[in-house]
Amino acid sequence: MNALARGRRSSRERREQALRIALPIAVLLIVLALWELAVRIGGIPPYILPAPSLIIQTIIADGKLLSQSLSVTLITTLEGFLLAAAGGVGLAVLFNQSRLVEYSLYPYAVVLQVTPIVAIAPLLLVYLPQHAAVLVCAWIVAFFPVLANTTLGLNSVDRNLVDLFALYGASRGQRLWYLKLPSALPYILGGLRIAGGLSLIGAVVAEIAAGSAGAGSGLAYLIVESGYRLNVPRMFAALILLSVAGIVIFYALSLVNHLALRRWHESALAAER
Amino acid sequence: MPPIADAFPAAPLVALRDVGKDFANGTRALAGLDLEVRKGEFLALLGPSGCGKSTALRIIAGLSEPTEGTVEWPAPTTPILGESRIGFVFQEPTLMPWASVLENVMLPLKIKGTAMNEAADRTATVLDRVGLRGFAQAFPRELSGGMRMRVSIARALVTEPQLLLMDEPFAALDEITRFALNDDLLRMWQALRTTIVFVTHSVFESVYLSSRIAVMAPRPGRIFTELAIDAPYPRDSSFRLSPEYGAFCRSASVALGQATAAGGAW
Repeated sequence: MNALARGRRSSRERREQALRIALPIAVLLIVLALWELAVRIGGIPPYILPAPSLIIQTIIADGKLLSQSLSVTLITTLEGFLLAAAGGVGLAVLFNQSRLVEYSLYPYAVVLQVTPIVAIAPLLLVYLPQHAAVLVCAWIVAFFPVLANTTLGLNSVDRNLVDLFALYGASRGQRLWYLKLPSALPYILGGLRIAGGLSLIGAVVAEIAAGSAGAGSGLAYLIVESGYRLNVPRMFAALILLSVAGIVIFYALSLVNHLALRRWHESALAAER
Repeated sequence: MPPIADAFPAAPLVALRDVGKDFANGTRALAGLDLEVRKGEFLALLGPSGCGKSTALRIIAGLSEPTEGTVEWPAPTTPILGESRIGFVFQEPTLMPWASVLENVMLPLKIKGTAMNEAADRTATVLDRVGLRGFAQAFPRELSGGMRMRVSIARALVTEPQLLLMDEPFAALDEITRFALNDDLLRMWQALRTTIVFVTHSVFESVYLSSRIAVMAPRPGRIFTELAIDAPYPRDSSFRLSPEYGAFCRSASVALGQATAAGGAW
């Protein structure tokens, strides 16, 4: 009876799982089909709205150009992300170790976070070489969630464990390395997951700003340039590659999160019960 | 009833003299608390919840400073914070969830900088002692509540402390697990010849385990009376069923009732 109930539930769960994959794909196919039909029946010219089939053709035909641009954008994103991770965690640790530093610098971290990046980018391009400016933009957008989450994590240590470390006379370094950082790990990884998507946004915004200043070769710049040329199919193609890159970054970081926490943290264990 | 046990007449290992403790919010947690912990004894601190038992324990551990009065360690070497002469078991197992049982138990030795080989040996020995051989690589999450508490006890014992402080360690466990851990704790106490101060609000647990009970009264926390439980060790489940045990429980219960009443109404 019990086993039967369990079997029934698991088959329902499997159906649920299949639906979660099949439904979005079905929606996509329907929308693409309608889109294709509308373009063909209405005779809409490609510089206004290209058909999905044309966009796919463009991705293949412009493959070399697009992949070069993609790699430029991805490398910037990755560099910005790594800097944001190091900067965010580093600053949070520094703040945690010294109240004075925290009081002195935290307001400015907030200022960087709340000022729209689109507004900062042109100014950065005035003072910095283009690549550096793009990188700094990616960093500014991405580092704050890492900083905020890591700070939260470092302050969320089990009080009894803090007492235990005091009882055994642990040094500052030992408390940080053996207690605070591992406690904060789930928070840090959560911050990194947000930072991954944001560093892509930062890179794109900066590229667009830089592109309008007359230089650049990333995907975002390609979109701007194709816009000037009314090459709308290429704009769509580049846009699709950007979304795919964002999705891949998100799931890659989710995977890292899962692998790092699966043996001990509630968030990663919940599904196994 | 004699106020003091004869079984452990030795000089005190640690003594609280006229200790008072005020919290920052103005609560007077302890006032005029006098307590001697004698070498080798199993002392239970029994009292209603909120009577400052845990606060007293934290003061002995050095985790909290008394507002007035002193903590004396008459023995030649004064166990100060960081000397690892004190083991502490919290009400919760308080394990690091990201670390294996082995790493959790080895933590105090790692903090002290004990050589890896020696630390590994001592950890294996103490895991054996608490009955967790074969669970070294498990994570706390994968263990039952009772087993987690065993890990916590193993961690407290791995430094071979002179004094083991336990703050209601079994309060959250079911009765079967609690009885098993009571027996194991008594066995370890006798084998290691250490001194234990055990905070509890259970009359039955305090009588079963301890050689002496200090009954505390609340608001402010102080020692109300002391009872010697001079039944011989080793004790086992037959002690739980003996008329002697019943009589001890009755007098401890009466003392606890009087102490609670002495604290006044809530």
